[in-house]
Amino acid sequence: MMKMLYYDIKKCLGCKSCEIVCAVAHSQSKDLFRALKEKILSLPRKKVYKSGDKNFPVSCRHCKEHPCSDACMAAALTYEQASGMVLHDESRCVGCWMCVMVCPYAAIRPDLKSKIPIRCDKCKDKDEPACLKACPTGAIIWREVNEENIHSSNKTK
Amino acid sequence: MEGKKIKSIDLATQEMLERAQKENIKTSWDRLEAQQPQCGFGQLGICCTVCSMGPCRIDPFGEGAQAGVCGANADTIAARNLGRKVAVGASAHSDHGRDVAHTLLLLAEGKAHDYGIADSNKLKELALEFAIDTNKAEEVIVKELAQKILAEFGRQEGKLTFVKRAPKKRQDIWKKLGIVPRGIDREVVELLHTTTMGVDNDYKNIINTSLRCALSDGWGGSMIATDLQDMILGSPQPVRGKVNLGVLKEDYVNIVVHGHEPVLSEMAVKASKDPELLKAAKEKGAKGINLAGICCTANEVLMRHGIPVAGNFLQQELAIITGAVEVMMVDVQCIMPALQEIASCFHTKLVTTSPKAKFPGVSQIEFQAQNAYEIAKKIIKLGVDNFPNRNKERVNIPRQEMDLVAGFTKDIVHKILGGKYRASYQPLNDAIIQGRLRGLAGVVGCNNPKQKHDYFHTALVKELIKKDVLVLQTGCSAIACAKQGLLIPEAAKEYAGKGLQEICEAVGIPPVLHLGSCVDNSRILTAASQVIAQGGLGDDLCDIPAAGAAPEWMSEKAITIGMYFVASGVFTVFGASPFATLGSPKLTEYLCAGLEEEVGGKFAFSSDPSEMAKIMIEHIDKKRQALKLKPMMYE
Repeated sequence: MMKMLYYDIKKCLGCKSCEIVCAVAHSQSKDLFRALKEKILSLPRKKVYKSGDKNFPVSCRHCKEHPCSDACMAAALTYEQASGMVLHDESRCVGCWMCVMVCPYAAIRPDLKSKIPIRCDKCKDKDEPACLKACPTGAIIWREVNEENIHSSNKTK
Repeated sequence: MEGKKIKSIDLATQEMLERAQKENIKTSWDRLEAQQPQCGFGQLGICCTVCSMGPCRIDPFGEGAQAGVCGANADTIAARNLGRKVAVGASAHSDHGRDVAHTLLLLAEGKAHDYGIADSNKLKELALEFAIDTNKAEEVIVKELAQKILAEFGRQEGKLTFVKRAPKKRQDIWKKLGIVPRGIDREVVELLHTTTMGVDNDYKNIINTSLRCALSDGWGGSMIATDLQDMILGSPQPVRGKVNLGVLKEDYVNIVVHGHEPVLSEMAVKASKDPELLKAAKEKGAKGINLAGICCTANEVLMRHGIPVAGNFLQQELAIITGAVEVMMVDVQCIMPALQEIASCFHTKLVTTSPKAKFPGVSQIEFQAQNAYEIAKKIIKLGVDNFPNRNKERVNIPRQEMDLVAGFTKDIVHKILGGKYRASYQPLNDAIIQGRLRGLAGVVGCNNPKQKHDYFHTALVKELIKKDVLVLQTGCSAIACAKQGLLIPEAAKEYAGKGLQEICEAVGIPPVLHLGSCVDNSRILTAASQVIAQGGLGDDLCDIPAAGAAPEWMSEKAITIGMYFVASGVFTVFGASPFATLGSPKLTEYLCAGLEEEVGGKFAFSSDPSEMAKIMIEHIDKKRQALKLKPMMYE
């Protein structure tokens, strides 16, 4: 059993609170006011986009079929079967941006300052992703999924 | 129940929070929790809702949009947002001042017969300042004064009359920067104008306009409120009082006055002693009528009559939760919309009195200066009649109450320090020059549930007096320190440094002086101007070894007060949250550094009371050095 992030797009108001909290959670200081004073600014791992009249947050789906790791020439991106997560070994990354190009969800973005791609790591060291509680309308859902239906549930709801 | 200790250092507050939790009554602390996380764009001041091309947000991490639809960047947006808050804060104080001035006019016209001129010396002083011939009959002087003061609000050109109270050098600085306040209403309107879509895009200029608007409050609206209240209701004298929820009495009809304008609460004080109402109270089984205050109304009636203070801003809900309040009478400002729901959990009747501040479903007994006493009686009568509805089993009044001494004004400090026959600021100035006193600090402002209630005020003030800094207080900050026993003369021995102790013992004052409500921050400005006039401590307000702080601020009014202090040359430290400007590093830098070159004052932000004390003392020491004062006597 593992948990995945889902989004109820009917509830998303496009406030971008999840983006801010995400950037803060991946900063050195973990504090909004201090994060803005860090030398290299932390960036959000997820982005809220708009299509038609719908807002939707986009973040790495940790796909079972993972074109990003297939495309990674340095083997920095690997899929870990046990956790069902795509992991990124930053020390191996050469910043070729292949993963950015092949991601079907545009969920991997280039951080041009640190020259590495950034993507949602589901705040793997914490009990739950930081964005979950940041959402004022509860549009972000953190739910367990069965191994069998990972593939079908990879699509944003 | 560990949570309650994190929320407040005040035992009465802790007890009431425990009770609220047991009875599932939600207070501001619960609502703060429910609001988490609060919007990052809002906290950083980079969300613009000015026009309907937006709302626009600037990406604080530099990746996304760096300009709104109109092209406004983070600097412009944050400065405009701040400017609007300054305008609102100034409006609140100044509109309060206008109401007092209007009462004065009614009084002069014989239409407000419940009021009189309680301080005729003040009338003479003001008449002279406003160039009115004092040989005329009193009614004529009063009427002319009222008209001239009301004209200050609508004045279009020149400068506000009270600007003359500032040292000459300060006035010159304002003139050079073009921030001399011309008319009270004009400055607010002009500032609001400059912040609309497509007007002022220079953050520094927006701050300049904000400073001018703030000055029209500090040296205008607030100063008018203070001076006229003293004249009509009486200038405060040192007075003993009691503070904290324990002042509510189990066997009495408890009436709580809450809000800001003392014109009605003054009548409530009188009505609470009305024999007819006292008789009615006894008939209902009460021993009498007990009046107590919350927030600045409390400070006003405390300063003039020694009426007990039930608590500060965050205790307004808790007063009702004691189950012992028959009527809470409110007017304007700082009155939580939540009161209505909390009152509905008890027999307490909430009564609104201002046409400017109504609550849906709450009974309104509108205040009119023309028959003020009758209205006050009507409200107290409502409380008396409500006494039998009190459920005695649900009464739970915390025992905590503390003594305090309040009632200090610029004139009182003058008299106490100089003596009755040679009233003067010289002894105060000498004490600073000789190094017995390090300097002065104004510690003022609100409560904020984001900060441990009362802790920041008291921790900061204790550190300051330990270092021989005489602390002047107003508002909810004064109430916080009073509850912890810092406003009694005995506090000097326990907490003050040796030099300050000597002074307190010699003249019999507490180490922390309570100057009144938040409009009474204007007393600090006039007192400081007189300190300069006395000589020996420089020739401008920014030369005095002094600093200001609002450790637990929350209101827009606090920002405006901070702005007029900074514009008057005072280094001012804010706690709780920084102003919502961090989304614009340039604006923040300007407020915290650049401004000092222009006006001699600047802001600092800190969320640690020891750090606040440290930077304030460093600033005071810097000013002492600049004046080449003697080293501190006991260091």
